[in-house]
Amino acid sequence: MSISLSESWRLPVRLAILALLVVIIQEAALSQITIFGTSADLTPLVVMSVGLLAGSISGAIMGFGTGLLVDTVLFQTLGVTSLLYIAIGYWSGRLLELRDPSHGLVPMGVGAATTAFAGLGMALIQFLLGVDAPVSWLLLQQILVTVLVNTLIALPVYSFVRWVLRPVLPEDPRRRRRRAYTTGGLSPLEATAARARSRGRALTR
Amino acid sequence: MHSKQVRRRRLVLAVLVVISLILLTDYFGESPSSPLHTIQRGIVEVFSPIQQGASTVLSPVRDIGNWFSDTFKARSQVKQLKADNQKLVAELARARSALAENVQLSRLVGLDHSDSISSYHPVAANVISRDPIVWYLQIEVDRGSDDGIRVGDPVIGDGGLVGNVSTVGATYSEVTLITNHTMSEAAQVVDQKNDSGVLVPAVGDPNQLVMQYLPTNAQGIRTGNLVLTVGFKSGSLQDLYPPGIPIGTVTNFNQAALANNGTVHVSPVADLAHISVVQILTRPRARGVRAQLP
Repeated sequence: MSISLSESWRLPVRLAILALLVVIIQEAALSQITIFGTSADLTPLVVMSVGLLAGSISGAIMGFGTGLLVDTVLFQTLGVTSLLYIAIGYWSGRLLELRDPSHGLVPMGVGAATTAFAGLGMALIQFLLGVDAPVSWLLLQQILVTVLVNTLIALPVYSFVRWVLRPVLPEDPRRRRRRAYTTGGLSPLEATAARARSRGRALTR
Repeated sequence: MHSKQVRRRRLVLAVLVVISLILLTDYFGESPSSPLHTIQRGIVEVFSPIQQGASTVLSPVRDIGNWFSDTFKARSQVKQLKADNQKLVAELARARSALAENVQLSRLVGLDHSDSISSYHPVAANVISRDPIVWYLQIEVDRGSDDGIRVGDPVIGDGGLVGNVSTVGATYSEVTLITNHTMSEAAQVVDQKNDSGVLVPAVGDPNQLVMQYLPTNAQGIRTGNLVLTVGFKSGSLQDLYPPGIPIGTVTNFNQAALANNGTVHVSPVADLAHISVVQILTRPRARGVRAQLP
């Protein structure tokens, strides 16, 4: 019982450490490096990666936690970033559960979409909260540059998150199958094909 | 089994969204001394040493990143800066002559010139965290109430006004930049008549300021004119900022905008996107009573 309990806590503990680490790195270093007047934002990418790797519930919880941490550390209105990141984590997780995308560039596409969603969503919420800064060309330009930069770093970020979470994630069936092929194990398709071939040979005889 | 999973997933999502909305609504309507704000300050107090450590450890990464960024930026600015330099050399010669004259005249009328920045007891502070989002425009520094910093203290750096202290903890302070939408400062343009107005952030452009309420018939304002803090005193009401601190320079001067609206565009002197060290003026009034925030 105690073993299963500790195992069930392994994923949340890793997610919590990951969120803490990412927010500190983002605020202490990355946000101070400007590229074309803006800076990369790791946080939506990490939430997206967690959703793509661990599913919708883990993604949504990670989004909530990371968003709350960002709002707290930056003295922002609590709940604004959480609300956006919940959506990012949840829909990335749903993408995994419904489509199970296998292409290697999926994190780039989803990273771009989530960064754009975070930027535009923040603009919309700020507008609703009454901040005197309507959507301008400069704002759109900044969101666009952030999307571009985040798209470029989405794959390394996804790989890092996968490396952190891999030991505590349930084994991916696709990876298991791939390992069976490469280590000489028969795939179900190969077995069926072999049976069909032998049956064909018997009939011709 | 499947429907149970779906129900669980939807329940978790609904609970998280509801908590976020409750936090948002509660926080937005609360005063800065409310429980949520207090908890937030407490958490930042705990986080502050970690951020300071991380900021120090990660400074080489930051420096490398900024080196590339600055190199690209510098290449595009060389031509403009060469032209500016020629213009400034001529202005410097004129200013030195005016300064010498000013010293002589001041001696003549007995004016005191001891109100330099050092008389405002500046405290140097490192930027340990920065808001990456265009909406909030604030920075966190590694000095707090233990170093004599209080809410409302002016913050300068990189040759100009940066903002003022909006939140203070024991070991950290949150600085709201002059480009934040909540800020406004009394300012004067260094022209023939020192026309004064109020400087506010340009709506929709976080890198620009707009100087409002200038006399519509002002004649001497040109692109490149320096804009300084006024440091006014009217009865018991005093400006938060000491006089004479550079804020920005007039850019893209438009005579029609000045004549119709009494406004000119101003670019901040300080490079607010890259600033890493600031000075907090802990005694904004060199003498007498300082202005207090409620």
